[in-house]
This record gives sequence, C-alpha cells and structure tokens, in this order.
Amino acid sequence: MYREVILDHYKNPHGHGTIEDPDAEADGQNPLCGDEVSIYVAFGEDGETIDEVKFSGRGCAISQAATSMLMDMATGRTATDVATMDKDELLEEIGIPLTPVRLKCAMLGLTTLKVALHKAKGTPLPEGLAGFGELELK
Amino acid sequence: MRAVCEGDYHGHVAVDTATKLDARTLRADFPIFEQEFHGKPLAFLDSAASSQKPRQMLEAMNRFYETSYANVHRGVYELAERATEGLEHARERTRAFLNAPSTREIIFVRNATEAINLVAYAWGLWNLKAGDLVVVTELEHHSNFVPWQYIAGKTGAELRLLPLDDHGELDLSGLDAIAREGNVRVVATNLVSNSLGTINRLDKLVPWAHEQGAIFVCDAAQAAPHMKLDVQALGVDFLAVSGHKMCGPSGVGVLWGKAELLQKMEPFMTGGHMISSVRTDKTTWGELPHKFEAGTAPMAEAVGLGAAIDYLEAIGLENIAAHEHELTEYALGKLSELPGITLYGPPADRRAGIVSFNLEGIHPHDVAQILDLSGVAIRAGHHCCQPLMQKLGVAATNRASFYLYTIPEEIDQLVEGLYAARKVFA
Repeated sequence: MYREVILDHYKNPHGHGTIEDPDAEADGQNPLCGDEVSIYVAFGEDGETIDEVKFSGRGCAISQAATSMLMDMATGRTATDVATMDKDELLEEIGIPLTPVRLKCAMLGLTTLKVALHKAKGTPLPEGLAGFGELELK
Repeated sequence: MRAVCEGDYHGHVAVDTATKLDARTLRADFPIFEQEFHGKPLAFLDSAASSQKPRQMLEAMNRFYETSYANVHRGVYELAERATEGLEHARERTRAFLNAPSTREIIFVRNATEAINLVAYAWGLWNLKAGDLVVVTELEHHSNFVPWQYIAGKTGAELRLLPLDDHGELDLSGLDAIAREGNVRVVATNLVSNSLGTINRLDKLVPWAHEQGAIFVCDAAQAAPHMKLDVQALGVDFLAVSGHKMCGPSGVGVLWGKAELLQKMEPFMTGGHMISSVRTDKTTWGELPHKFEAGTAPMAEAVGLGAAIDYLEAIGLENIAAHEHELTEYALGKLSELPGITLYGPPADRRAGIVSFNLEGIHPHDVAQILDLSGVAIRAGHHCCQPLMQKLGVAATNRASFYLYTIPEEIDQLVEGLYAARKVFA
C-alpha cells in the first residue's frame, strides 16, 4: 500500500508551507490520532481562482501524501469547483485501497480545504461534509 | 523525557521469581490464535487496549445463557433464582479478587470509565465547590481525566496535574505547594499507566490525599490484569476496573468503594432496581450495591468476569506479572538496538507489559499499518492520553503490550516488522 508515489509525496510534499495573509484558511484535526493540518489559500484577481494553496501540520504518510496531491489538484481551479470536489477524485489519485480508519487520514486535507473555502465564501458547510463529520475543524 | 531511554536501554528486572507460567500452553485456551492474518500467525501485541478471551470464560457465559438465564432479583421461579445466584456468585468472586470487605461495596458497571464517572457525578458534583482542588496526573487515561475536568468545571473546583519526571514516573515533589493552593478534595490517579506501563507508587500519595481530607480514586483498569490487587492494603477510597482488559467480556466493569462513602452518596443513574420504594411524590433509594445498579445488570458479562477471575487466579497474578516483566525486558533490549528508536517510560521492573516507542521519521499509523501486513497488531495513536502526548511532545506513539499468552516470538515478529517499516521509509 505504500507505493512509490505516496512515499514521494510524503518525503517531498508539494505545497508545504504557509501563506501570509491568506484569503482562506482552516485548521483540521483527526481526533482518532491527533494529526493536524492547516490549509492556506490565496485567490487570483478574480477572487475565485485558487492561485496558491499551501498546507502545514503533522501526520502519517497517507494524510501528508493525500494533502500534498490535493495541493497540485486544487491549484488553478475555482473555489466553487474545489469546495464541491468529490472525494473519489482524490481517492483515485491516491490509488490504493484504504481501510475506514485510513480513509479519515486521507480525507483530512480535503475536508479542511473545503472548510477554508466555504468560510471564505460565506457559504454554509454542507451537512456531514465529505462524510467525515467527526474530524474536528475550525 | 524523550532522550531518557533513546536507543540505549540498560534496565534490569528486579524480580527474580522464576516464571511459572507457560504462555505456549495457555495460548491454546485462546481461540483467536487459531487464525492467521495476511498469511501470518497473529502476533497480538495490543492487550493493553483489550485482552483476548479464554475458552473457559466464553464457555461460562454460554453456559449461563443456555442453562441459567432469566432476569435477576425479580422472579420467584427457580430459573430466576439460578440467574441471581450466578450474578451474586460473580460479585463474591470479584470481592475476593479485590480483597474488599463486603460484596455491598462491589458495584457492577459497564467499564472503568463508567465507574469513575459514577464517583465524579455522585460524589464530586455534590461535594466539590469553588476553592476546592482536584488533583490528577499527566499520566492519566482520558477516563480518569475528562470526568474530573468536567465536574471541576461544573462546580468551580480547579484541576491540578501532578507532573511526570524524566523517567516516566510521577513527580511528587510539588505536593506541598499544591496543598497550599487550596482545599484538596479529590486525588485521582491510575495504578498502572495504559500508555507507558508505569506502576505508580501510591504508598506516598494515598496518605497525603487523606491528610488533605481528600478522597482517593484509583483507576486500576490496567493494573487488575497485571498484578494482585488489595483495596485494603492500597488504602484507596474508590477503585475502578474494566472486565475486558483482564480476560473478561466487554460491557462489564466494577466500581469498588468504601461503604461509608457509598452510603452517603446520591445515586448516579436512577430507574428500575435501584429503588427502595417509589411513590408519585417521592422515591427512596435501595441498599448497597443496588442503589448504584439501575436497570437490568450485565448479568452474563458479570458471570464471564467471575470466570475470568477464576482463570487468572488459577494461573496466579504474581506469575502473570513476572511473565510480563520478563517479556518487557526482552522487548526493551531488542527494540533499543533499532536505529532511530525512542523508547518512553520507566525500566522494565517499574512497569507492566507495555512498551511505547517512536521510530524516527515514520508516523505511528504507518508503522502499525506495515506491521499489520506481517500479522503484528499494535496500537498507534494517543492511547486516550493526549495530555501525556503533549508532555512527550508527540502527537502519537506506537504501543506494544503483552499479556499472559504473549510469547517472545511475537516480539521477534514485531522487531522484524519494524526493520521492514524502516526499509519502506528509507
């Protein structure tokens, strides 16, 4: 399950860092293991396109690699598009079968990014966001 | 704290008693080991989370359901009497196991968490007030931390934390300072840490608590499977045990409390069975232990717990403790050879069969996942001890824990798996 691409992203994560004065940001925590991620987004001039997105925090290979992949996937897309992204799109990218516990690890970044975008746009959070209501999000 | 045992553990076991326990033979009592996982024999190193179950205990529960089952304490027919006898026999077995003075003090609950909540609500809520102090430790499981934090918050009392020293043991040097800060009313600590395995020295803490006029609440969930308990020798006021960690079924635990305290306490839960009389304008409470056993009891589970106690006592708690110490020393020795390992906690003779560690650069989740592929089951996470994880400066650790059925080959399987994990993440 630790295929090369996962390990590559884990060891050299894409978009790792912070953005000063971000247009959108949120912190997420997985209460099962205490893993944390913070996500920062800068929009383009249209206030809608994701110009830059970065993450910081600590976590296992699955959560870190999934979030790293997500940074690539989200850049250049619109906030609305990413805020409603289907979780399967990310799961396909990860490309390995995940047990229910590890699925929560994989979804930590995406769920947190969606919260950041909904907060910035003032849109209500969808009920049971991405089906992972038990993640702690601020 | 992190650097204490880092890669160079030199502890020695102080217990010389020859181990009289034959784990290989006992293993045959546990049906779970008949399976393979990922094509490998199961190395079950997560007994601190919950122990596996011996056939003898499972059969006792089954027999109760098949031959003696009806609701207890109510029916006048023979079957109901037989069920009541089953439950009350289990209560007597539990009393003897804890060396409690009376079965009136043995209250069956769901688990140690419920037992502690019972004390926090039925004693704490009614006796704590602003200016009072509740003393817990950095080593507590959330089960003996969160209820006190919550009830302190509700009553205006304040929570104080006894810190850990660099050896993973409680640092008692600040007791006098705490006593000067307020009225210490509750001291709550575990006897054995579920996270580091530390066996806490209560011989200083219990008299100190009583000098302050405080009650002493002991979480013995991790101690009961490992060592002989004697509530009178410990001198505590309340003691909580979970059946599932000591070869018993899930769904049953025990609160022991001193009768004079239990008698003065308000009920925790109300409803059927816990009453003396119910009138439309007033209800009076039943006698001990029934006052604290609202609703239908976990009857078969209690019977299972009684059978688990029989099983443990036939092996001998001293032998189980000696076996665990031997395995812990073996594991610490082997693990300390691994490059990049950090071992947490005290030397082998000061702890039960629990080893917490981290491998540099590999998150515990990933370690546990790779180990699973070799049939090795360990715990990865915060072990319901987030205050302790904060102290250690980590989000999570790996934890391998041993019990009476653990054999050294399982530890070898663990160590091999850890080398494999290092390779994946090299």
